[in-house]
Amino acid sequence: MTIAVNPTQTGEPVFYLADEHPHPEGYSTSLGFWIYLMSDCLIFAILFATFGVLGGNYAAGPAPKDLFDLNLVAVNTSMLLLSSITYGFAMLTMQQNKIAQTQMWLAITGLFGAAFIGIELTEFAHMIHEGATPQRSAFLSAFFTLVGTHGLHVSCGLIWLVTLMVQVQKFGLIEANRRRLMCLSMFWHFLDVVWIGVFTFVYLLGVLR
Amino acid sequence: MSTDTHAAGAHDHHHGDGHAHGTFSSYMLGFVLSVVLTAIPFWLVMSGTLPSKQVTALVIMAFAIVQIVVHMIYFLHMNTTSENGWSMMALIFTIVMVVIALSGSLWVMSHLNSNMMPVHQMTGMK
Repeated sequence: MTIAVNPTQTGEPVFYLADEHPHPEGYSTSLGFWIYLMSDCLIFAILFATFGVLGGNYAAGPAPKDLFDLNLVAVNTSMLLLSSITYGFAMLTMQQNKIAQTQMWLAITGLFGAAFIGIELTEFAHMIHEGATPQRSAFLSAFFTLVGTHGLHVSCGLIWLVTLMVQVQKFGLIEANRRRLMCLSMFWHFLDVVWIGVFTFVYLLGVLR
Repeated sequence: MSTDTHAAGAHDHHHGDGHAHGTFSSYMLGFVLSVVLTAIPFWLVMSGTLPSKQVTALVIMAFAIVQIVVHMIYFLHMNTTSENGWSMMALIFTIVMVVIALSGSLWVMSHLNSNMMPVHQMTGMK
């Protein structure tokens, strides 16, 4: 809508836009989603800070050296890294409008993600079986909160991934689905970035301590 | 400026597509870099090659920071122009907040720790 203001001294009317001009649907989604990711990043920052403060308080319980199996963590890290690159391939095939290949890469990504969650849950179960429960020490509370929150994010990402695969199967690579896949791609790669912090500060520095 | 020039000119299809895309080679380059940047810290810690723990810790933290930047560029396609620079602004703001939260917490709490008198010393004082 354009509004004309009463003439200025020169007599010429001045026009300006009173309303925001219309935007296509979803034009600001990627920026909005990015800002969501940044706020999620703050959640992880606080959990990292908590772990940094409490990470040395073992309360005479098990220390990282006794609990962490770096071989397992290395396998887990490679699962997440592989899922990142396969999601990248899904995005590339999506840009070429190849539905079947996009679905295949999404499925592979999902399998790697599920393997990551499976290994992480096995590790947790093993730790809890040995008595290293979240209640045991401040270090373990902070550990389970931080790593568990990351695992919860990956699990949500997996549910989202399956949902989008159904969407793509049903409606094809329409504009809305492309946008959704792009958001999940940002989410997925963001979780990989958080995992870099986890394996460095929790596992590697923990074993070094 | 009137409405019709506005509708016709500035805002065509490009608007909704503010996020940059990767190519096969950029994804592969990012992947290879992150594999290397992951493998080296794991190897350093697991083999204990470096004599000092402090040095090892600093080196693996440096690797983590480099790898985060690699992921940002090659997987998240961050650059200064996407969304007219607003995503970079949000990122910089978040980094500032994260640095303040992390360094502030660690700094304050470590001082608190070292200034707290152990209980057994306190019982002797009257």
